[in-house]
Amino acid sequence: MNAEAINFVRRDMLAQEPPPGLQKGLGAWMKKNMFATPKDSVLTIIAFLILVWMVPPAVKWLFIDASWTGGGRGVCATVAQGGSQPEGWSGGCWAFVGAKFDQFLFGRYPVEERWRPILVGALFIALLIPMLMPKVPHKIINAILLFIALPIFAFVLLLGGVFGLVPVETPLWGGLMVTLILSFVGIAVSLPFGIVLALGRRSQMPVIRMICTIFIEIVRGIPLITVLFMASVMLPLFLPQGMTVDKFLRALIGVSFFASAYMAEVIRGGLQAIPKGQAEGADSLGLSYWHKMNLIILPQALKLVIPGIVNTFIGLFKDTSLVSIIGMFDLLGIVRLNFSDSNWASPVTPISGLIFAGFTFWIFCFGMSRYSGFMERLLDKGHKR
Amino acid sequence: MATEAATSKMEVSATDVAVEIVGMNKWYGDFHVLRDINLKVMRGERIVIAGPSGSGKSTMIRCINRLEEHQKGNIFVDGIELTNDLKKIDEVRREVGMVFQHFNLFPHLTILENCTLAPIWVRKMPKKQAEEVAMHFLKRVKIPEQAHKYPGQLSGGQQQRVAIARSLCMNPRVMLFDEPTSALDPEMIKEVLDTMVGLAEEGMTMLCVTHEMGFARQVANRVIFMDQGQIVEQNEPAEFFDNPQHERTKLFLSQILH
Repeated sequence: MNAEAINFVRRDMLAQEPPPGLQKGLGAWMKKNMFATPKDSVLTIIAFLILVWMVPPAVKWLFIDASWTGGGRGVCATVAQGGSQPEGWSGGCWAFVGAKFDQFLFGRYPVEERWRPILVGALFIALLIPMLMPKVPHKIINAILLFIALPIFAFVLLLGGVFGLVPVETPLWGGLMVTLILSFVGIAVSLPFGIVLALGRRSQMPVIRMICTIFIEIVRGIPLITVLFMASVMLPLFLPQGMTVDKFLRALIGVSFFASAYMAEVIRGGLQAIPKGQAEGADSLGLSYWHKMNLIILPQALKLVIPGIVNTFIGLFKDTSLVSIIGMFDLLGIVRLNFSDSNWASPVTPISGLIFAGFTFWIFCFGMSRYSGFMERLLDKGHKR
Repeated sequence: MATEAATSKMEVSATDVAVEIVGMNKWYGDFHVLRDINLKVMRGERIVIAGPSGSGKSTMIRCINRLEEHQKGNIFVDGIELTNDLKKIDEVRREVGMVFQHFNLFPHLTILENCTLAPIWVRKMPKKQAEEVAMHFLKRVKIPEQAHKYPGQLSGGQQQRVAIARSLCMNPRVMLFDEPTSALDPEMIKEVLDTMVGLAEEGMTMLCVTHEMGFARQVANRVIFMDQGQIVEQNEPAEFFDNPQHERTKLFLSQILH
């Protein structure tokens, strides 16, 4: 038996070689991911059976058996229920959604004035899309138009009462329009305000630190419903006689405060994750506090907490449906209001309306989620220290 | 500005004090971390500060640009006294460059942006000029071709050279080095030390905390040895290494020089 030689000198350096042939194709993929072991095979088969059991009935209910057109409850009710469908029928009542679609979008906003929210919506989309696309230039002008000019313009146009526009009081607003306004303002206010609160909570100055901490802890410790109730019921008690603040405005302020407190804590988490050396590097170069924060700390901290920020945005977007508690009709509120329309009352109307509302919420939330994923990949500079 | 700093060789002059520390003391809570530090650094002087870990050497140089606050005594940089006055602190930081053990480059900015950031925002230099200055110093640390990469794509030695270039872009009158080679692979230490030697040869006032005794011997005018938060011994390098006086110094040197 030969012992391994102790001395060794390499004569030729090895060249780089490609990895051994990788198995490709559907068969290899399935073998690796679905049927690698007997246990995997059993789980795969069970999952497949569950899908077979669930998916076809769902497709049947949602699409095949669904009533797509019709002018009243007849198309969505069985003969015994006073409609035209055969006994035992059940399916989506999309005719109801179609008939009420305008209301779901605009609430009770007067029909002849609906060009106003449509115009605002079109402007919003026209400004939002270039804002979201990193390659489009003039971001600062775009941001000013989107976050300052548009809200003012929309407020004047939607409320009316000037320039010969018919006044439309906020109680008439509703539907997706209210949901989007509330969430847009909440998002647009909570991010900058949350940053300020987060910086304040980490400030060297005790008074600022205390004010920010108290604000965050109080707002965060109260349910949003309570905030909205207080804004709606209690605030008028404290205001002088005769002075009123619009209920919609109060809800806007309540939602924005609430989101800001959450946002502040998310951002504080990001600030704490930035190594101390970054601040010291900036300090050693003589950068001022605001330069240090704006140029060095915040860009890194915000990038780090994009998932948390979007999580808060999504939560806020869905929480706006709580305004129905103070008598406002957001998308969900207006859908529920229409359940009681005797013209459309049928066993499948509520579930159809709720599926529509849920689907609409999901579309927006999923969009935000995908966009945040896109931003994360875009901002990933292969950071390492 | 850049060329002036690069070419002018400042002479050591007895009347020209760059940094003066008088009776400085510092505590972390109850822990007396720096005790009665007195140090006068002339313009153009190269000082190496050595000592065991925890001896307060990093803390001391971090006091010079106020990354750490001292509680007693006075520190003057370029005649400006460091107090709680934020304006004075910023003034000092503009004139004092610092290189850290862990580089502290900004990972979300390119190498060029790292270098131009402070000249643009602190010195209010036009962007184009700042970029010229930055490229000048990146050439000097021999990595101009990396200008548009991000720090994460560079090796440790390259990152540290960028950090040096970034400091130089502010045209500092004093450079502080806080263990600049301690986080580097052995093969990369030399490229950073070479850069520092080059800087020393041009007459930059330097205070270096380092364990590179070869560098100290080659470059320093003076070696300061610290232990337990105080200056134990200081001397010119030859004397310091060949004929240490204090017992602690002898022990330290016997541990690191075999």
